[in-house]
Amino acid sequence: MIGENNQRITDRPPGYNKWVMVFCVGVMVFIGLFYYSSQKIKYNWRWNRTPIYFAYEDDIDVTSTIDGEVSSIRTDGGEVIITVKGIGEEEIYTAPADSQQVSEGDLISPGDTLATYQKWKAGLLVIGLWITLKISVMATILGVIIGIISGLMRISDNPALRWTAMIYVELIRGSPLMVQILIWYFVLGTLINDFFYSYGLGQVPAIWYGIASLACFSGAYVSEIVRAGIQSIHRGQTEAARSLGMNYAQSMRHIILPQALRQILPPLAGQFISLIKDSSLLGIIAIREVTKAAREAVTATLQPFEIYIILGLLYLVLTFSLSMYVQYLEKRMATS
Amino acid sequence: MIQAKNVYKTFYVPHEINALVDVTADIAAGEVVVVIGPSGSGKSTFLRCLNRLEHATSGHIFIDGIDILNQKTDINKVRMEVGMVFQSFNLFPHKTVLENVTLAQKVVRKRSSGDAHEKAMALLEKVGISDKINVYPDQLSGGQQQRVAIARALAMEPKVMLFDEPTSALDPEMIGEVLDVMKTLAREGMTMVVVTHEMGFAREVADRVIFMDAGAIVEEGTPEHFFTDPTHDRTKLFLSQIL
Ligand SMILES: Nc1ncnc2c1ncn2[C@@H]1O[C@H](COP(=O)(O)OP(=O)(O)OP(=O)(O)O)[C@@H](O)[C@H]1O
Ligand SMILES: [Mg+2]
Repeated sequence: MIGENNQRITDRPPGYNKWVMVFCVGVMVFIGLFYYSSQKIKYNWRWNRTPIYFAYEDDIDVTSTIDGEVSSIRTDGGEVIITVKGIGEEEIYTAPADSQQVSEGDLISPGDTLATYQKWKAGLLVIGLWITLKISVMATILGVIIGIISGLMRISDNPALRWTAMIYVELIRGSPLMVQILIWYFVLGTLINDFFYSYGLGQVPAIWYGIASLACFSGAYVSEIVRAGIQSIHRGQTEAARSLGMNYAQSMRHIILPQALRQILPPLAGQFISLIKDSSLLGIIAIREVTKAAREAVTATLQPFEIYIILGLLYLVLTFSLSMYVQYLEKRMATS
Repeated sequence: MIQAKNVYKTFYVPHEINALVDVTADIAAGEVVVVIGPSGSGKSTFLRCLNRLEHATSGHIFIDGIDILNQKTDINKVRMEVGMVFQSFNLFPHKTVLENVTLAQKVVRKRSSGDAHEKAMALLEKVGISDKINVYPDQLSGGQQQRVAIARALAMEPKVMLFDEPTSALDPEMIGEVLDVMKTLAREGMTMVVVTHEMGFAREVADRVIFMDAGAIVEEGTPEHFFTDPTHDRTKLFLSQIL
């Protein structure tokens, strides 16, 4: 009986293969049209120019800073050590073995190249991606903390706590993230930095205002998700925990939050996928996250098609891996 | 062991209702008191006031001499001494049977894992669940779940056990196994307050029966008095309806 049912569910409806074909043809037609129209406007696709935005080999010159004579060249392991002796001074330079451009006894002026070698460096997009990742991770962690605290405040009996949380959530949800980023950087940022400056302290880098704006923004949504998750747990659970002598914190930590987490996880994942995507707005406060980096790359190369398509794919990689990870967590929780 | 003096409880939401009206009761150590009464008469509210799951509106409640309505009383200390068993079991679904019984011992009583485990095993043995310690509550029958819930409460070594209709959510064939555990407890001298519709249990085990109606105690007495010769008309009417 059960076997039969399973059979029916996995059985493909009539004409299944035909519609798979239709789908594939549709996708191909779309890509074809896209390419055709780019040819019409004489767009010159140059995918081969894009890898340098991921990694490239940079020429590095080791130059002398003093006037003098190359007094010794020694090779030590994988390195060559070049000593330049001037009048009353001596400088030592190191470079990879066999990269030296001078020999012992050469006369050297400041700025002369002593050695040249190549080194792999991360490209613009990879650096930008790393910053996006860093911002997203930090903002997610802070957002969860803010969200749990304000979610608990939201359902507290204490009106001071409850109203504070309500105002916070309403303020954040009632204005665009773009505006909040601008306020964080140009208003709060100016105030905070001036304040620090007047006490002789250093300045807070722009990236922290970016992280703060995203964390506060997603914290408000997390707060609502946490509240709903906790309220979905039956009151009897709290009562059972409290009747055993657990205090509020203990019953939250051991009984309510672990159960609420299962309810919370899917909407939470959605929230953090949005956060990753929203971090693309931070370019406006001069943070070189991956979108800003891509725009710079486009300005330099005039290859918007390739670079923006790559940019889209990079975000897809981030968001897709996050949702895969959350699915894995959900499965693990379901089996435990 | 339990003294309730002129206890009132009024709920204001969704509308004003006097759930307890001038309830006074004195329950001695080792006594088994069964509370009966029609639906909505305040039985659960009375029980829940005894461990302050509901805060009585006025009056005094002493548990083992401690005034639980005093704001300075650490209610969590008192609750360790007052076990409670609910109609709907309320086991922790994300914890195994064993963890259900050990958790509060470790978190509240600060027992070591070894001690908590030993205590839990002894109690699960006692309620007859020792072969299912590593399963989750949803894999147990209602009767089994309720017996685990009893073990969970007993693990705190309470001086009093409160039961709020412990068998009402059970299929008839499982009621007996839970009542048997409760009878054993009563025989061992546990102080118990039991809200139940199981008149057989009341007759056999109770030292005293309290009949409540409309938030007040209408009549109380020994089971013999209660079932054979009740004084009040309201009690007679109720008994005629359920027996
Ligand atoms: N949390 C609450 N908020 C508002 N009213 C409540 C609350 N709990 C109980 N009541 C009301 O108080 C009265 C007494 O309820 P209680 O649950 O104590 O009755 P009961 O005797 O246990 O009934 P039952 O046999 O149905 O369990 C009822 O009218 C009920 O509606
Ligand atoms: Mg009740």
